[in-house]
Amino acid sequence: MQIEQTGISSKSLPLKIRDLTVAYHRKPVIWDIDLSIPEGKLVSIVGPNGAGKSTLIKACLDLIPRSSGEVSIYGQSYKKARKRVGYVPQRESVDWDFPVSALDVVAMGTYGKLGWFRRVSKRSKALAMEALERVGLADYAHRQISQLSGGQQQRTFLARALVQDADIYFMDEPFAAVDAATERAIVELLKELQKRGKTVLVVHHDLATVTQYFDWTVLLNMRVVAAGPTDEVFTQENLRRTYGGKLTLFTQAANEVVQSR
Amino acid sequence: MPELADIWNVLFLRDYNTRLVVICTMLLGCACGLMGGFLLLRKRSLMGDTLSHATLPGVGLSFILAVALGGDGKSLPILLGGAAITGVIGCAAVLFIREQTRIKDDAAMGIVLSVFFGAGIAILGVIQTMPEGSAAGLESFIYGKTASMVMSDFQILVFVTICVITCSLLLFKEFRLLCFDETFAAALGWPVKFLDILLLALITAVTVTGLQAVGLILIIAFLITPAAAARFWTNQLDRMLVLSALIGGASGWLGASLSAFIPRLPAGAVIVLVAALFFVVSMLIGTERGVMFRFLRQSQLKKRMGRQHLLRALYEILEGGRVTEELNIRTVPFRQIRGRRTWSDTQLRDYIRRAYNEGLVEAPNKVDSILLTKTGLAEAAQVTRNHRLWEMYLIEYADVATSRVDRDADMVEHVLGEKMVTRLENKLQAYRSAGSLVPQSPHPIHPGD
Repeated sequence: MQIEQTGISSKSLPLKIRDLTVAYHRKPVIWDIDLSIPEGKLVSIVGPNGAGKSTLIKACLDLIPRSSGEVSIYGQSYKKARKRVGYVPQRESVDWDFPVSALDVVAMGTYGKLGWFRRVSKRSKALAMEALERVGLADYAHRQISQLSGGQQQRTFLARALVQDADIYFMDEPFAAVDAATERAIVELLKELQKRGKTVLVVHHDLATVTQYFDWTVLLNMRVVAAGPTDEVFTQENLRRTYGGKLTLFTQAANEVVQSR
Repeated sequence: MPELADIWNVLFLRDYNTRLVVICTMLLGCACGLMGGFLLLRKRSLMGDTLSHATLPGVGLSFILAVALGGDGKSLPILLGGAAITGVIGCAAVLFIREQTRIKDDAAMGIVLSVFFGAGIAILGVIQTMPEGSAAGLESFIYGKTASMVMSDFQILVFVTICVITCSLLLFKEFRLLCFDETFAAALGWPVKFLDILLLALITAVTVTGLQAVGLILIIAFLITPAAAARFWTNQLDRMLVLSALIGGASGWLGASLSAFIPRLPAGAVIVLVAALFFVVSMLIGTERGVMFRFLRQSQLKKRMGRQHLLRALYEILEGGRVTEELNIRTVPFRQIRGRRTWSDTQLRDYIRRAYNEGLVEAPNKVDSILLTKTGLAEAAQVTRNHRLWEMYLIEYADVATSRVDRDADMVEHVLGEKMVTRLENKLQAYRSAGSLVPQSPHPIHPGD
């Protein structure tokens, strides 16, 4: 349906997921996911804790085995489309005490194109520096990463994804526990990526900002509750179906958001 | 007691008997240091320990097998091959237990380590009862027997060391990525499993060749200690690895030499002790993360804060009395300043003494009051102004401020830029009272009240 709306063939869709099921330890974590994301959208993936948001992203990137289903990125398997994909893992997934500088971390974004044995080139470092400038961390390039604040660490990860120079980005909770300056920097960056025709999927947890930041939304709770333009999808009814009883906690906030539009 | 000349000869490889052994342990130290760096950062230190303990049954079994097939039971390549095989099986067992059951890493390693080691001891016991096994001397693998190293050991060690160095150089980028962010490496399409296995294979090679020199119980210390020591000196992986290899090499060299001229001192133990010495020294005086530097930095910061607090307190008291530069009244009673913050007499007197040394206050007089000098007043005004600019900044830019505020900065301008400071100063003007040097605080807080 969404394909017809946007009027592009399925081959050029940045992301198309069919019948995806992922199971850990006998228990399916996400099931029967069908999803088509049109080009050039800022997409939020929203859902309660344990809804399988990170799992969905990881399954798209072949990081965890799928029980069934297929994922195509620009009509190809992830393996073939890899160079067109950028990834921002959760910040807590690494040890920030590791002996590398911010610049080193960002330069890792070029490793995918560098190939075996090749040393990190001057060009890679220049690209990394450029990306650090774009996230406002140029002054921190040579700091060891443990000396960065949480928000700065998050921006380092974003810069690393920028260096990947991808067409579609997967970001796992980039807004988690960041300061306002970082939040603003990320939002600006997202808009800039969109302007350049990139597609960005963001696992997001702050319902209050969904309508403000994202023009496309996927509501997820083990299965897709609803997916489409945020205006159409981000409704009280859908939120209730995603969050269930927990909804009462933020009904008011959601009301305000819906009304403020 | 050995002669000085003997020591000299051993240390500088002039002594024929010990030369080979010292070179061997030095090479081993380099290889261990290099691999230990990756092992440490991959958070697999205990895995290395499991690996080394799990080599013992392999040594025994390969001996029995070789003898049963009519070969030479003590052929080194066969023994080390067997050691490597059970070592890897041990690691695989840990991974299997971890993946397939709900038993955690540490428990899995504990189980595997002790079971394999126990099995090894049992097998060695059986060998002792075999007619061919009487002079097996396989126990030397447990504690190490450096002096028994011969040319073939040397050749194996050279080979392993070259492999380790070559791989570390060629795959530096890959190993760094693997150790730092495995998931991202996988997303980029790097064969994470293969790299992991390669790293484990290199570590196995180093461990197995090191069995003879330091023994399987102590080899883990030889792997981890130099790397841990090197970490105190640098925040860059390449430098850390080089340093770790150097520390490992130096430990091997000094340790083997020491044990050579002190009889009945087992080399393995001495090597590990030397490495531990390097570690302790690094921990204390390491320039990047050493305890002493951390302590020094902390106390310096405390002193700077004390100085600022003193100057600001003095200024604020004077300010309360409507003091201007023209009036030139710059004395403050000690009691009044003492009550200003929660500092102790000794602390405060210490700060005052330091301020005096800097020429900011006049010599403490008998009246027990403090007199700011002309420079002191200017400096106090400057410190207070900076403080208030930061306050203003925090109020005006509450959302972005926390990541930028550096109250310790002598010059606000350096951090925020001229433009921003001018803007803040304009805002602060609203709080200026007639005649004072610095506008009032936009948000007065009185600590200790």
